[in-house]
Amino acid sequence: MGKYREAAESGKFVVSGEIGPPKGTQVDDMLHHIDLLKDMVDGLNVTDNQSAVLRLGSMAVSHHIVSVGGDAIFQMTTRDRNRLALQNDLMSAHFLGIRNVLCLTGDHVSVGDHKDAREVYDFESVQLIQAVKKMNEGSDWAGNELQGSTDFYIGAVVTPESNPIEPQKAKFEKKIEAGAQFFQTQAVYDMDNFQNFMEYARGVTEGKDVKIMAGLVVLTSVGMAKYMNKFVPGVFVPDNLLEEMASVPKEEATKKGMEICARHIKLLKEKNVCDGVHVMAIGKEEIVPEILQLADLI
Amino acid sequence: MIISQQKPFEEILEALGDQEKVYLVGCGECATMTESGGENEIVDMKTRLEAAGKTVLGNDVAHATCHELDMKRIFRQSKDAAKETDAFIVFSCGAGTQSVREATDKHVIPGTNTLFLGNVKRNLQYEEKCSLCGECVLDEYGSICPVTRCAKGILNGPCGGTNNGQCEVDPDKPCAWVLIHNQLKKEDRIEQFMKIQGPKRWNAVERPGRLDARDKDEEKGAA
Repeated sequence: MGKYREAAESGKFVVSGEIGPPKGTQVDDMLHHIDLLKDMVDGLNVTDNQSAVLRLGSMAVSHHIVSVGGDAIFQMTTRDRNRLALQNDLMSAHFLGIRNVLCLTGDHVSVGDHKDAREVYDFESVQLIQAVKKMNEGSDWAGNELQGSTDFYIGAVVTPESNPIEPQKAKFEKKIEAGAQFFQTQAVYDMDNFQNFMEYARGVTEGKDVKIMAGLVVLTSVGMAKYMNKFVPGVFVPDNLLEEMASVPKEEATKKGMEICARHIKLLKEKNVCDGVHVMAIGKEEIVPEILQLADLI
Repeated sequence: MIISQQKPFEEILEALGDQEKVYLVGCGECATMTESGGENEIVDMKTRLEAAGKTVLGNDVAHATCHELDMKRIFRQSKDAAKETDAFIVFSCGAGTQSVREATDKHVIPGTNTLFLGNVKRNLQYEEKCSLCGECVLDEYGSICPVTRCAKGILNGPCGGTNNGQCEVDPDKPCAWVLIHNQLKKEDRIEQFMKIQGPKRWNAVERPGRLDARDKDEEKGAA
């Protein structure tokens, strides 16, 4: 069992960060971010060809994190691999000491940098969750017995601000039924909306050991917030935060975004809204320690 | 029907290269409807090729170009032209082009790109709703096919890219999952939405597909 799962199952308010591997072999910044964060958080997500843009591999970086004493949440999309390759990678990841997997369908290739690639989607997120569960129970998708099962903590995502929300909620429930043990949400900014969503989610997960971590993307400018409102489906930055971001000079915007993020973490923890947070600084991971300090988490 | 679109004229000329004598083949079915290879398009193509210095020895619009025996019969009837031509240019779907392939040993050039199996929304407006997966699951989804109409072919509900009921991949297209959800609600079958669906059996039809519908023994008929 990895320390992310241990923390979650102990009832602690868990905190994870995120590492986006670089495009290429220049890994100094990434290694620095891992060093900086690995002991400060319970786990570090590693993205898998994020936004369908080719990157250094999620499994290799996850393995590195584990080998230097951190805990990795191995993100896995079904976009680039069929069921043979997915299960092969799951066994390989397990061999390398990785114990958490976040199951995603993955952004469509048309939004990435290899637009003519053939997307796979042999499985999608719900089926990948099922496949990991099966492997944890000792068999592959086809029903063949494994020589030694895997032991993954199975993660999934949900978009609380999805519009319309009903089909999204239905899928969330299916992911739980399929075997998801923890959720990291798409970025949330409107804490009232999120508390409403959590009220519903707590109802669904009652009696089940399913943890839900709020996804928090640190705002670094008012432009970024407006961009997300316009172009990122399922992300909604409310007017009061747009105003707050706009109230400070440009050079202080990141600091303001960090304050907002820390304030949200505190609120979520103090009101026991959810089971933890997943903090995404999207390439600026060096600001995460200060956010955690502001939030009284370290 | 099969939706096809004429290739750019320059591409056709490039494929011909130095070859001078050509034979045009159109299709009386789908390519006529889509105006990519009907009578009018073949006459128009003949004019353009002649203006580009080519000699058009023959032009036929077959009843259905995908019918291989028909194609052989047509070329038997215009034996001299078919024999003398340097190349055939086919304005039908890719299946039709390969029917022509079966009927001649000459250079055969596709004059169209074959796009999809389409429904006709209005005259000359088409939408893909079926991708010929070989194992119809429509009833599971209120007869709205997620394999085809969800950009990711997801079988268990919308992804995070659903955007006010539209698809993130192409905002002009509706999110199939919102359509399916609404439809199942209308049918009072929303519980169907909650059913976890396994992945497709992608080899339900072994590719390339083959069916002998004259053979009533199913096992032997489809392979």
